[in-house]
Amino acid sequence: MKNDIILSGVGGQGILSIAATIGLAAVSNDLFIKQSEVHGMSQRGGDVQSHLRLSDKPVSSDLIPFGKADLIISVEPMESLRYLPWLSDNGWLVTNSNPFINIPDYPPLDEILEEIKKIRNHIIIDADGIAKEAGSPRSGNIVILGAASPFIEMPFESLEKALKKLFGKKGNHVVEDNLNALHAGRECSAGIRI
Amino acid sequence: MEKVLLLGDEAIAQAALDAGLSGMYAYPGTPSTEIMEYIQSSEENSYPGIHKEWSSNEKTAIESALGMSYAGKRAMVAMKHVGLNVAADGFINSAITGVNGGLIIVSADDPSMHSSQNEQDSRFYGKFALVPCFEPSNQQEAYDMVFDAFELSEKYKLPVLFRITTRMAHSRATINLRPSLPQKKLFLPADPLQFVLLPAIARKRYKTLLSSYESLRYDPLISKYNIFTGGNKHDLGIIACGIANNYFLESAGESAGEFPLLKISAYPFPKEIIKEITGRCNEVLILEEGAPVVEEALRGILDEGIKIRGRLDGTVPRDGELNPAIVAKAMGFPLSFGQEVPSLVKMRPPSFCEGCGHADMFSALTEAIKPFGQGHVFSDIGCYTLGALPPYSAINSCVDMGASVTMAIGASDAGLFPSVAVIGDSTFTHSGMTGLLDAVVKNSPVTIIISDNSTTGMTGGQKSNATGRLEQICSGIGVQSEHIRVITPLRKNYTENVRIMKEEFDYKGVSVIIASRECIQTAIRRKRSENSIE
Repeated sequence: MKNDIILSGVGGQGILSIAATIGLAAVSNDLFIKQSEVHGMSQRGGDVQSHLRLSDKPVSSDLIPFGKADLIISVEPMESLRYLPWLSDNGWLVTNSNPFINIPDYPPLDEILEEIKKIRNHIIIDADGIAKEAGSPRSGNIVILGAASPFIEMPFESLEKALKKLFGKKGNHVVEDNLNALHAGRECSAGIRI
Repeated sequence: MEKVLLLGDEAIAQAALDAGLSGMYAYPGTPSTEIMEYIQSSEENSYPGIHKEWSSNEKTAIESALGMSYAGKRAMVAMKHVGLNVAADGFINSAITGVNGGLIIVSADDPSMHSSQNEQDSRFYGKFALVPCFEPSNQQEAYDMVFDAFELSEKYKLPVLFRITTRMAHSRATINLRPSLPQKKLFLPADPLQFVLLPAIARKRYKTLLSSYESLRYDPLISKYNIFTGGNKHDLGIIACGIANNYFLESAGESAGEFPLLKISAYPFPKEIIKEITGRCNEVLILEEGAPVVEEALRGILDEGIKIRGRLDGTVPRDGELNPAIVAKAMGFPLSFGQEVPSLVKMRPPSFCEGCGHADMFSALTEAIKPFGQGHVFSDIGCYTLGALPPYSAINSCVDMGASVTMAIGASDAGLFPSVAVIGDSTFTHSGMTGLLDAVVKNSPVTIIISDNSTTGMTGGQKSNATGRLEQICSGIGVQSEHIRVITPLRKNYTENVRIMKEEFDYKGVSVIIASRECIQTAIRRKRSENSIE
């Protein structure tokens, strides 16, 4: 088993929470893991990515080679396209449809979505809208994780447990909000054949 | 054994705690910051009485750690690579004094300059100071190495350099923990003159250092990390340093075992291990993260017909960090690739947070400086360096910590008027204060704007030693009180702030404008934690 995952977004959008959740779940499944993240200057509204590698064998490189990622999980649509050089031919791209516009030359959203639709395996969801509907408006990132969860080779329950552990300190309502978001996201990709 | 998922930085910190650390000293700097943060978050019950306050800069950090070592206890210092330049005086001379309790200096290099102004390789400093240098290849090795580094430090009475790079510092992996060791008791050096570097004493100690450096090459605590595994191939052997070894294993995949491989993770190493691999291969490819340190050493020693490939002959790019593709290409393996990035994807450089006080300060500054034209503003290292980018395009320099103040002085000496410095609060107490004293002593016509967000913002909001002290410091250094102006950088104060800046630009002496407003990120975090307590 090997899952090479690129997480992408804009600094401050919560991709490290997604990474931490998958990471905790991987440890509980006794998988080998390496997860490389970006700290420092880029976190100030710049593009950020995390390379997350799960395997039942030891993982050497902290970085995923080009063309080898099984999955891109993106909380921002334009950012999902930035990492296409890493995506394998059969890989999946799961992204939020809501743009984060903090640059003057942000391209038209419909053109971005057109590009995403050219990818063979893609899922585009309105994560923020779904999060709001689920009563967890701040958990759009976890909705995306839910939508991507069928493509992560781990029992879904281990992601639930990881969320409980990760957000437990912040109180029950935060845990519940995130679990709701995870389930709502999961439903978006229900029925998709892998 | 307990298993935990830790960043490389956190693994080093956890190892230091488990190895009986008594004092952690650091100034924040990407990618080293999380080492101190992790120590600060450790439980007092499990690891009691550890010193874990931020230092004002890397020099004060290393000297305090040397004091902790003098008193017989184990100490660690952590900084980013350019921090070691600031700490270099203490670092180089600590090799001559030697240590008493174990002392580890972690220097986190940033090849490809993700968050830095250069990509200097700290291994040069190891050789420069003649101290052992460790370079872990993965997070578990980093954890285990810290124990050996303390042991080696105490065995040779030498400080040990611990070199990591961005991908090691900021990548998580599972770590098997060891049982923790007790802290050392206070005991003073056996020789009361050990730390007194009068020339007569220093000369003797330097000879000892030179001979220790040769012994280190063969010490088992070093050689256990430099491992030769002999594959059958004769056409190409690999020397891989630190995390470069991972990229080799990734690229070679199942064929990795066929290559003669020398993995180097500790310095200095003996000539013999190099001959082991050069003796059986026609060509050697050297993979190292950072500068061609080992490659230059090999090319310098050997001119015996064997072909050396690496960063110096273009097989590997001369600059920038390694990655699996660069290494695969250097090995001649086929490269995989997904799809090109569509051309509509735009660059997204970092920018000021919405509601950032620096941004309001720059709005006022660009207006106030307008009559004088371009080229009058020197700046420094921090979030406010983003003032270089549009729409502000407000600063003309960013060199090293504190250089805004001193470059403004030099330019005013040359006749530039007005000459303005923009420096953050934490950067000011790191290295700006001494420059301000220079300005006061000769009454330079400069205006120093301290953009005070009451935190060390760029690295994630660590405590700033300047908080609440800036007016007193400037006044104590000798700036006249009527030229220490405190403003609040808010949009509603724009007109007044522009007026105050103009007044001080016109003044032909030293003035300081403290533009003070809490960092929006720390303010949000503070409010969240206050709410959750309620």
